[in-house]
Amino acid sequence: MVKEIERAGIPVVHICTVTPISLTVGANRIVPAVAIPHPLGNPELSPGDEYELRRKLVDKALRALMTEVDDQTVFDS
Amino acid sequence: MSTYRIVHYINQFFGQIGGEEQAHIPAEKRPGPVGPGLAFKQHFGGEAEIVATIICGDSWFNENLDLAKKTVLEMVREEAPDLFIAGPAFNAGRYGVACGTISDAVKTELGIPSLTGMYEENPGADMFRTKVLTVATSNSAAGMRKAVPAMAKLALKLLKGERVGASAEDGYLPDGVRRNFFEKKRGSARAIDMLLKKLSDKPFETEYPMPSFDRVPPMPAIKDITRATIAIVTSGGIVPKGNPDHIESSSASKYGSYNIEGVNDLTSESYETAHGGYDPVYANKDADRVIPVDVLRQYEKEGKIGKLHNWFYTTVGNGTAVASAKKYADEIAEKLISHEVDAVILTST
Repeated sequence: MVKEIERAGIPVVHICTVTPISLTVGANRIVPAVAIPHPLGNPELSPGDEYELRRKLVDKALRALMTEVDDQTVFDS
Repeated sequence: MSTYRIVHYINQFFGQIGGEEQAHIPAEKRPGPVGPGLAFKQHFGGEAEIVATIICGDSWFNENLDLAKKTVLEMVREEAPDLFIAGPAFNAGRYGVACGTISDAVKTELGIPSLTGMYEENPGADMFRTKVLTVATSNSAAGMRKAVPAMAKLALKLLKGERVGASAEDGYLPDGVRRNFFEKKRGSARAIDMLLKKLSDKPFETEYPMPSFDRVPPMPAIKDITRATIAIVTSGGIVPKGNPDHIESSSASKYGSYNIEGVNDLTSESYETAHGGYDPVYANKDADRVIPVDVLRQYEKEGKIGKLHNWFYTTVGNGTAVASAKKYADEIAEKLISHEVDAVILTST
């Protein structure tokens, strides 16, 4: 899906936990997520901390969308 | 005659520990065969035996790749087997990646021959088919009765040091290694057969498939995110409560488009997941954990992004055929373009 949407001309950032799959499938901008059943959350944190965690991941995703890439790139820092 | 020793790796489901709610369990080792191992036993005909079974949760393995690899390798090493078998994983993505990862590690790091089995569209197949012999299976566990004899046959060949045939003969996914054999018919006759089939629109199988390197060049970056419209797409199966379009929990036959105009936060009262391939507890409690509507809505208010697109698009990426996913994405892309969406955040579980 990532690839087909990007092929249609829209940049896509893929947020996912198992980044090797994303690389194999062919996503160009990849942001590693927290865990498979809760990629953008962590039920062990307080609601406030969990929101903060999600906010940081979204920031990273937006940063990835603003970054020019020539090749598949994992934004892990 | 001595009996060959085999260690078998399976996931929590085939280990009969539980479904997705148990996918987080770390690896454990049990003596003898478990689950599909019992079927293997019948096909080994006393020539080989499964001395131990390693059972591991799919999520645990994939979320802790390095630790999982180390833990399972140690368990295998202790048994000093003659062969390692993982799966078959059919079209279960995390299980396939786990089977590929661990068989490859056992082969390269312990020097023990290994073998796995999965469906050709399993992401683990693309990742590991050139590294580990991977028997081609159907896409669901209904194919166990075919997969086990094929894997057992290849296992015995590996154990006895017999020559492995070509992929088409021995039923594994092409691994990029050429193995010569004599065809019954000569090339010109086979080519004419194929041509006749092609001319009459009948299915035929090429002997030389062209490699497919389907890569899409990255689109240019968004220049000014504060003016961009961002849309959310997910394969995590988030749907309005009650799943109004009945998106299937696996092998989804459709996707949904749902309006989130005025929605600031996804709550357990109004949203849930339809996905059957991961433990739904966390997403059902707070679907923002899968699609970050709350944060993006807040950013829209703060002017950090131009706009959060009023619709999100969702399907269940659990055993869903690649061709289906492609079709849904084509349709979704058309809608995104007609709504002048600038960028997409796509989340997967």
